[in-house]
Amino acid sequence: MKEYFRDIFQSIWTVLLGMKITWKHLFTRACTMQYPDQRWVLPERSRMRLFNKIEDCIGCGQCVRACPVDCIYMTTEKRTKDEAPVFASDGTPIKLRVTQFDIDMSLCCYCNLCTYPCPTHCLVMTPEYEFAVYSKQDFLYRFAKDKPVAPPKPAHHTPVPEPAK
Amino acid sequence: MQVEAFEGEEMILNMGPQHPSTHGVLRLELQTDGEVVQKITPHIGYLHRCFEKHAENVDYPGVIPYTDRMDYIASMNNSLGYALAVEKLMGIEVNDRVKALRVIVAELNRIASHLLSIGTYAMDIGAFTPFLHCFREREKILDLFEWTCGARLLYNYNWVGGLSHDIPEGFVDKTRQFMAEFEPVIAEQNELLSFNKIFIERTAGVGILGEELAISYNVTGPNLRGSGVSWDLRKADPYCGYETYDFNVPVGQGKFGPLGSCWDRYYVRVREMEESLKILRQALDRLPDGDVQEKVPKKVKPPKGEVYGRTETPRGELGYYIVSDGSPNPFRVKIKSPCFTALAVLPVISKGEMVADIIAVIGSIDIVMGELDR
Amino acid sequence: MEALLKLLSDNVAGYGSLASPLQYLLPMVLASLCCIALVALFPIVAVYAERKVAAHMQDRLGPMRVGGWHGWAQTIADGIKLLLKEDIIPSEADRVLFKLAPLVVFAGGFASLVVLPFGASVIVSDLNIGVLYVVAISSLGVVGIIMAGWASNNKYALFGGMRAAAQIVSYEIPAVMAILTVVIPVGSLSTQEIVRAQEGGWLGIGNWFIFKPVTAVAFLVYYLASLAEVNRTPFDIPEAESELVAGYHTEYSGMRFAFFMLAEYVNMFVVSAIGATLFLGGWNSPVFGGPVAFMLKSVALVFVQFWLRWTLPRLRVDQLMYVSWKVLLPASFVLVILAGALAVR
Repeated sequence: MKEYFRDIFQSIWTVLLGMKITWKHLFTRACTMQYPDQRWVLPERSRMRLFNKIEDCIGCGQCVRACPVDCIYMTTEKRTKDEAPVFASDGTPIKLRVTQFDIDMSLCCYCNLCTYPCPTHCLVMTPEYEFAVYSKQDFLYRFAKDKPVAPPKPAHHTPVPEPAK
Repeated sequence: MQVEAFEGEEMILNMGPQHPSTHGVLRLELQTDGEVVQKITPHIGYLHRCFEKHAENVDYPGVIPYTDRMDYIASMNNSLGYALAVEKLMGIEVNDRVKALRVIVAELNRIASHLLSIGTYAMDIGAFTPFLHCFREREKILDLFEWTCGARLLYNYNWVGGLSHDIPEGFVDKTRQFMAEFEPVIAEQNELLSFNKIFIERTAGVGILGEELAISYNVTGPNLRGSGVSWDLRKADPYCGYETYDFNVPVGQGKFGPLGSCWDRYYVRVREMEESLKILRQALDRLPDGDVQEKVPKKVKPPKGEVYGRTETPRGELGYYIVSDGSPNPFRVKIKSPCFTALAVLPVISKGEMVADIIAVIGSIDIVMGELDR
Repeated sequence: MEALLKLLSDNVAGYGSLASPLQYLLPMVLASLCCIALVALFPIVAVYAERKVAAHMQDRLGPMRVGGWHGWAQTIADGIKLLLKEDIIPSEADRVLFKLAPLVVFAGGFASLVVLPFGASVIVSDLNIGVLYVVAISSLGVVGIIMAGWASNNKYALFGGMRAAAQIVSYEIPAVMAILTVVIPVGSLSTQEIVRAQEGGWLGIGNWFIFKPVTAVAFLVYYLASLAEVNRTPFDIPEAESELVAGYHTEYSGMRFAFFMLAEYVNMFVVSAIGATLFLGGWNSPVFGGPVAFMLKSVALVFVQFWLRWTLPRLRVDQLMYVSWKVLLPASFVLVILAGALAVR
């Protein structure tokens, strides 16, 4: 009998305690951010869309091998001897012409593993996060400019050219 | 005279895979007699993504993003286990700064994971507000992680032999600030939810998982500790220098009803957050200097052999059994999943309970389907 | 309605000489239109208010975009969306019952408005059995809920319907008992009589039944039972979303779903208004009486419903029955006996 009344009292008391807390929160500042009007300031390490500065790309293919989901498609061809030598912005000679450098962002898992081995640091993840598109094809970012792009091939099953030493 | 027993018809109720509170894509086949559940059959595999097979086809560092995606609530803890196992295989000993930072991110992620678990559990029981209060705090942790490694959920932070980034300038102060803000929230949540009479009535005395049963079903983590067994790998088989930190292992006490009830499991998580804060405080105080990437090998190519590494994730013992054939890709990666064993005990402990209790029990064992199905 | 009739016959020449049914027709139509306006507008405001209250209790902002200022037009937009949605009836459903159910649920709440005393003369019909009428007509809703649960041919909906039936029927008893504690001292079932009995007193509020010893507890019993009758947290098990997806209206969409929502909010208002009538002095107020005071009191009680909903977890079926039969019912019996004893003295 004593327990019965204690239970009733406890129910009412704990309900009142809870109501006190929610009442307090009714007047605390909301933590919502009104997204399109206000925007986050993303930290510089944010890993969003991939970007390749193709002028600096030496076509070594290390990113292709690092990618765990095979979303980077790259083909290169050797520059001929009589062409004028080209250098990346850090002075690395570019011996291969990158004819295809496609990244399928719909496959990308944003792990950042491709950017670490890049010797010229031309492949980076940018804090750009608003890149929704209407068509799946538009997720295929084509960075190579030299030649029309060949249809993408799965990277792990095709021989990747050795990096220029 | 023969008296025929009045037998009602039993109803098969399909709960999930699309159901608000089966925590992902779990499907339960309930055999119910009115509100009382006679038999419960979990069907799993809706989130099977061939993790183990994938792991054989990518190199060792490439597996880490996949481990992040298993228990996506506690990615840091998942990749930590894998990194430790590969390091053991290769014989790498990381420096103290890496160890301390790993402890920091693992404990922060443990808090984040427990917050989500507590919040969704409140929602399962029907209280919506604690859920959002927990998420508000969790966001702060995710902000810290985003600041550190650039991602909010799937970090790829623990590498073999080190970390992907050192912590940014001011991280220690910001974490301290978060901890100061977070500590009163635990007390508030206790008042709002944990000690609410209705919540206690709903969870204490439901889904009793006895000590014997828990051990015989290989239940680990907070579920096991909720049954009163003091077993925590951070104490029992320390890694990352956990043996040097001073913290307690909270166990269920059966405060409101039998030991090993849903409430005990729930409250173990609440108290574990407090212990995590304790560890964090010590780790932040002692954070040594060093290079977080000094031991990161250029090419991860472990020698032939096999290794079993285990860590205490927020869900229990997560084990990686890795076989190496000396090539850059692992020959085999086998996961010992804590959620899988926890789900195995669900049909046993929720037999004879009501439909509403099934939800309470599923929430209290805190499964993540991503890790369960892999 | 009577006041309206009097107004018409006094001011419109020859109105009083019309045939009696004709005389009643115009006031009747006008009164129903007012009720429909209330029924249509109140949920729009209340849904918006509930979302805002919930949001701020959870440190959120709630709807902020539609209509500009703090998203005031959100529920209107939602209503339009529901109107325009495809009307889906499950192929195996009982089509007649399925279509009828939302209307029945809605009718129960709507008809209760007839006896709500908004002001001294603002009442559709001052029935001499007003309170009994409300109790009777509002249980029509449970029939609709069972119909919806059964007709949907969905196991979750059926669970919801069965739970609702058990719950609403159980909680009607303590609710009626609590109402009796007010009816006994007043000696009338008319809502207007009950409100008049609460006039005057200390500061103009002293005679409200909530400030009297027995009826104060009865108010608590009534309020809890009324929460259960309108399926609000902590007694919202018929539509417990974490267990039953959406309970009895799982299969409903579009306008039929909107009718369930309308009915829910109208019912919330009705039980709060009855509470205000019986215990909080109805339209009596020390400052300003009439419909404004009545509405304020009702809305305050509705706010407490919101408040509870966004604070508390949900009870289980058996605990719900425990609260009804083992706590509220004995308490209300004791209260009725006490009220009777006080009345005899």
